[in-house]
Amino acid sequence: MSSTVIQVDRLSKHYRLGQIGGKRLVDDVSRWWAKLRGQEDPLSKVGQAALGGRGKREESREGKNLTSSLSPLRSSGEAPLSPLSPLRSSTSETLWALRDVSFEVKQGEVLGIIGRNGAGKSTLLKILSRVTAPTSGEVRVKGRIASLLEVGTGFHPELTGRENIFLNGAILGMTKAEIRSKFDEIVAFSEVEQFIDTPVKRYSSGMTVRLAFAVAAHLEPEILIVDEVLAVGDAAFQKKCLGKMKDVAGAGRTVLFVSHNMAAITTLCTRTLVIHRGTLRLDADSAVAVRDYLGLSGPSRAEVRWNDNEEAPGDELLRLRAIRVLDHDGYASVYHQSSSPIRVQFEFDLHQVEPALHIGFDLLSADGVKVLRSFHNDRLSEAASSMRLGRNVINCELPPNFLNAGTYLVSPTIGIHMVRWIVSVESIVQFDVEFTHGESKFVNNPERRKHGVIAPVLIWNSSAD
Amino acid sequence: MVIRPRTGWFDLHLADLWRYRDLVMLFVRRDFVSQYKQTILGPLWFIIQPLLTTLTFTVIFGNIAQLSTDGLPKMLFYLSGVTAWNYFADCLTKTSETFNANANIFGKVYFPRLAVPVSIVISNLIRFGIQLGLFLGFYFYFLARGTAIHATQALWLMPLLILLMAALGLGTGIIVSSMTTRYRDLRFLVQFGVQLLMYTTPVIYPLSKIPDQYRWIMLANPMTPVIETFRYAFLGSGTFSWGYLGLSAAMATVILAAGILLFNHVEKTFMDTV
Repeated sequence: MSSTVIQVDRLSKHYRLGQIGGKRLVDDVSRWWAKLRGQEDPLSKVGQAALGGRGKREESREGKNLTSSLSPLRSSGEAPLSPLSPLRSSTSETLWALRDVSFEVKQGEVLGIIGRNGAGKSTLLKILSRVTAPTSGEVRVKGRIASLLEVGTGFHPELTGRENIFLNGAILGMTKAEIRSKFDEIVAFSEVEQFIDTPVKRYSSGMTVRLAFAVAAHLEPEILIVDEVLAVGDAAFQKKCLGKMKDVAGAGRTVLFVSHNMAAITTLCTRTLVIHRGTLRLDADSAVAVRDYLGLSGPSRAEVRWNDNEEAPGDELLRLRAIRVLDHDGYASVYHQSSSPIRVQFEFDLHQVEPALHIGFDLLSADGVKVLRSFHNDRLSEAASSMRLGRNVINCELPPNFLNAGTYLVSPTIGIHMVRWIVSVESIVQFDVEFTHGESKFVNNPERRKHGVIAPVLIWNSSAD
Repeated sequence: MVIRPRTGWFDLHLADLWRYRDLVMLFVRRDFVSQYKQTILGPLWFIIQPLLTTLTFTVIFGNIAQLSTDGLPKMLFYLSGVTAWNYFADCLTKTSETFNANANIFGKVYFPRLAVPVSIVISNLIRFGIQLGLFLGFYFYFLARGTAIHATQALWLMPLLILLMAALGLGTGIIVSSMTTRYRDLRFLVQFGVQLLMYTTPVIYPLSKIPDQYRWIMLANPMTPVIETFRYAFLGSGTFSWGYLGLSAAMATVILAAGILLFNHVEKTFMDTV
């Protein structure tokens, strides 16, 4: 059951930067001429000579190339590659989109892949789905791969929904007979029955995406590669997609899932890779990987700081220096669980004592609903007693078992009561909450959220007589 | 399956193409259906275009310039040339766009890239079939009027001629498309190159009228024997030579083989250079 289906071995890919073309013909001819005479590529930089992975040329260069002595050749005819090699750093003309990435995927695993924009995730997926070839390294794959790097690839606007189902299905590797047998299922899943004989150019973008995902979801490959397709469609449809992916994984097939949606990664994937600047930074449990990733994403949306006094919001009375959302361990994080407390922290410089000052925030849900507004002096007995001139750090704790699943935005609102606003910044930090406190057997629904904007656990009791 | 940096030149995955034959047919259908959607005349355009070209040639080259047509009815002479030439030229120009026109799809999903040019050749074959029908219509009309034309045994060579035209168009087209991923200049060259090439092919004049010392130029063009044989097969006039045709077949084979090899070599990394 748990046999390896994908084995990635020291995969690297580099891109040439800058303009391609122009003098290329001249370059190519001189390169070819040099090759013919058995000389080194006249245009390659030192240390880059081996990049092409052109096996036969390796022997002639071995003596001259320092890299060979730094990293022993694995087998003859393979380009030497080592992340330690000093010669292999990115020069101004090449960019390593991937460097020495190795990992294995077992059958039935749902592997998450996360990383910042430009980290190399897409390059990795492109190589796995054979859209482009690696510069060096090797991938061994057992079984048919279907990749969804983009939904609706090859949709032709002039053709009808029906015709496009067949065309798109075939592009993704299905035969006509396979598509025909699943046609009704696909149409039902996409919810566009009425428009199936209308040209796709008349569809709304949501309908196009639904139709496209429906086709892709009914592929039955051994390995499914999914990239960010869930960024589109409404919430209900996204949920449907996630459910479908779970089914695929449940059926013993392997899924590789790239996403920026940390909640989806942690719920769907057992294991997650963190790709950072083209290298594999971490290969671990999804929860661990997600925390690591959020930690390295620098100025994340969970924390905003103002180091420059001029840029910091506020005035001569108060300057806001930072605002962050912390988890129960005190780490700034965009990912939270509803069963743990969440702290909203303000850091500010106070220049005058003002008794009517109140510091607070609006909490908004992703669809713009104002969930609540809270001020630090809401409980009058504790009003502003601890506030002092200079740097202050104050916290507001959102209790556990309180928020519902979803994305929340925090807008700081600081002002002098009945006089003026000092700071009013729109939705400056943002965090996701996963619904984890509904452990009652009645509440544990598949959608993983409760009805309503918030999901507090209230106290119920029975009155005597 | 193993994904490696660069596979050998001869690692062609032609079996893959066969596995994706449904896709090829769906591409053909797409090209056909989408081309004339929201047009009034629809597929009639397949006929109108060669018809107008032939009329123009008849008026300009036949009546005004008085070029010889080997004693054949001008209409039939030009129509036969135009029909055959169009098939080759369409295959060439359309397949030469393969990589650039499909970069979007190619960048997102893998399928044998050859499926695209092969489907183009097939959908053009359908067009050719329709235009051949037009030609036959005129042919029988002239025959009924008792014009001195007669079909010859060379008609049996028709499948070979079609195969040669397809191979030459496809081969040249994919060579060009492979090269254009790096050198876009070729796109411009193809545009008028095909037009110029037509004048070195006996489309608007018969090979027999070319002085002997220049004939080798004509024969260096593998389309020359194809068109001459095409005419000879239907109309019984023109130059037919097994030697010329054999030479043309050899060239077609070489061009197609080179095209497939080059295309296959480029398809793996073209996403990075296109």
